[in-house]
Amino acid sequence: MAKLTPCTLTVAVVGLGLLWSVPANAAADDLATLKTELEALKSDYSSRVQALEQRIKALESQANAPAAAQASASAPAAAAAAAPPAAPPAFEAAPAPPPPAPAGKSGSATAFNPAISMIITGNYNDLSRDPATYRIAGFIPPPEGEGPGDRSFNLGESELTLAANVDPYFFANVTAAIQADNSIDIEEAYFKTLALNHGFTLKGGRFFSGTGYLNEVHSHNWDFVDQPLVYQAFFAGQLAQDGVQLRWLAPTDYFIELGAEAGNGHSFPGTQRDSNALGSTAVFAHAGGDVGDSTSWRLGLSWLQAHSSDRTYQDTDQFGTAVTNAFSGTTRTWIVDGTLKWAPHGDPTHHQLKVQGEYMHRTESGQLAFDLTGANLADAYSSSQSGWYLQAVYEFIQRWRAGVRYDSMNSGTPSIGLVEAQTLPANAFPALLPGTPQRTSIMVDWSLSEFSRLRAQYAWDEARAEHELDHQLFLQYIFAIGAHGAHKF
Amino acid sequence: MFRHLRLPTVTALLALLVALPAHAALKVLATTPDWASLLNELGGDKVNVYTATSPFQDVHRVDAKPSLVARARSADLVVATGADLEIGWLPVLLQDSGNTKIQPGSPGYFEAAPLVHLLEVPSAVDRSMGDIHPLGNPHVTLDPRNIAIIAKALAARLTQVDSGNAAYYASRSEDFQKRWAAATAKWESQAAPLKGIPVVVIHRDQVYLCNWLGLKELAAIEPKPGVPPSAGYLGELVTKLGATPPKIILRNAYNDPKAADWLSERIHVPVVLLPYTVGGTPEAKDLFSLFENTINRLLAGAK
Repeated sequence: MAKLTPCTLTVAVVGLGLLWSVPANAAADDLATLKTELEALKSDYSSRVQALEQRIKALESQANAPAAAQASASAPAAAAAAAPPAAPPAFEAAPAPPPPAPAGKSGSATAFNPAISMIITGNYNDLSRDPATYRIAGFIPPPEGEGPGDRSFNLGESELTLAANVDPYFFANVTAAIQADNSIDIEEAYFKTLALNHGFTLKGGRFFSGTGYLNEVHSHNWDFVDQPLVYQAFFAGQLAQDGVQLRWLAPTDYFIELGAEAGNGHSFPGTQRDSNALGSTAVFAHAGGDVGDSTSWRLGLSWLQAHSSDRTYQDTDQFGTAVTNAFSGTTRTWIVDGTLKWAPHGDPTHHQLKVQGEYMHRTESGQLAFDLTGANLADAYSSSQSGWYLQAVYEFIQRWRAGVRYDSMNSGTPSIGLVEAQTLPANAFPALLPGTPQRTSIMVDWSLSEFSRLRAQYAWDEARAEHELDHQLFLQYIFAIGAHGAHKF
Repeated sequence: MFRHLRLPTVTALLALLVALPAHAALKVLATTPDWASLLNELGGDKVNVYTATSPFQDVHRVDAKPSLVARARSADLVVATGADLEIGWLPVLLQDSGNTKIQPGSPGYFEAAPLVHLLEVPSAVDRSMGDIHPLGNPHVTLDPRNIAIIAKALAARLTQVDSGNAAYYASRSEDFQKRWAAATAKWESQAAPLKGIPVVVIHRDQVYLCNWLGLKELAAIEPKPGVPPSAGYLGELVTKLGATPPKIILRNAYNDPKAADWLSERIHVPVVLLPYTVGGTPEAKDLFSLFENTINRLLAGAK
């Protein structure tokens, strides 16, 4: 058997803990639950009778309102057919006796269907420079997720989500993004515990990492068409973990949450490796609260480590020949995030201001290989790089929002062994020549309802080397059908 | 330094922090000021109630903000309206709370709407109809007969989750039901002149009030639930209501006054501001004064 590293041990301990805690809870609770349910049945009975009496009275008094009476007669069928299916547990007032049996024959077959929602997006892009040449200057490019996308009309991802409680102990959620090129990405497919109690929640599978603020937010809930530059450069847009996450919420009136993640580290900045150890580990802490009725805030601090082995990227050498280079080593990232929301009396119906910003600092150290398929030279590499964004979005009249965002990055000067040993000139690594990319974006969006949004965005993008200016215009639509989603802060 | 901070260390630290002292009063998270008021009536000083929303918030549009997640974490009981009213945020709170006591299906999760007869249950639903609720209209509080039913079940629930104070809850419940029945009878006789008067509402959240008092709802300013009126629709409304004018236009404290005021000017009908929920007007300090003030304002407006 493979040797037990602290990491594998951790995974095993967490897994065993989970297996043990669930049935134990179930057995211990059984008797108590039965007892309380019986009592509740008894005590709710009288109120039920009273409700029925009232209902009869109401029906009698509504003889002049046949529409309402008719509607209530067909209520159970309609409710069974139309209710978002993930919610059924929420509709039942705990141990109360069930309402009259659904009349619809399909009731029992479909009653347990998960909540289904589909989000379709698309945009029209007008870009002044060829998006194929897009590079965030000075940063090792990610395999994807960089740049404004293609010119002209683009079908965005079509995001299908299925979610439901598995049983009293687990909740499961799958989000698949069907891409314009007909491929399917599993964005998230995770289970989450409901029964660990004491503020603990364990999540496992594939999920967006809890590091940072924007990382967990799905693209249809972004306030801009694209991700901040720092997310594109450091996480190829968004960091997904294949692994486990444990969160703990402190039993305090203030919001204090701690979390830790362990994953295989396959997604950028990590890569697949020949190792049983964890490729990626993360810890984060969040705090939040309210200031009066109108303002709420959240602050976060995260740390993430990922290992990579031959993380390749395309570049050109000093002669302009295309080469494949690769980084192998360790990436460590610190993130500080802050979000503030303000709405008059906390009611965002007519006005709401949302200000959010994140600062990230990343160090990479390891080996950089030059021209893997040709010269294949390798030497030490290290970098210390940072980036941040700050954005504000304001709902100025009901359904209309305007926003502005500023992005700034600093690549620093990476230490490249092959250059320092004078094996190669610095311009053999044009992608790594120091840069200070920046971008300013403005947007306005119009939401006709909770389920549709049309957006226009304009950006002055100077992410390329030498601050080459790219004028970018985006027009975007986002439509949601199906179950009513609930939103995080 | 954090290179060596592995999961076992973190887990151990967390485990140490969990062992915190227990609390005295029953911690309850109420989604609206009405349920908070009812809890105070029934629970007295044995309950410690935190209200998730203010009287000026649309309960359907609330963020699952950090402060609410924190309150859900330590709550012994959650009291919600249900019927999808809180669907945009309460499921997130419950799921992120790490608190098994308040999960749907547990004694610590109480929903009011399923206990009463819901009006306006649609026979079919489609989002083209606006923000309708498949289970029926969830704004159940403005009918005191509903409150009586809900209060009874809530008192039973308090007893269930905090059996040590069963006698206390039982006596408070009995006392409340007596006072409530007397008050309801008084309100009904006071409001007798209101029976049959035609009114215009903004959102269909006064259906239960209209149903109870026999107010005749001529039209709603929102063409469909949750959809703000367009200029064209308001124009049509003016024409329609010009022919058969209402006596009053009802506006809740949390509604935007613009559309109601605009209509009021055009058709020369007064707007009556109603508290809608405890705290919505300075007079509506608890459930009793909420109804008292609602009826006083209606009577004054309909003169």
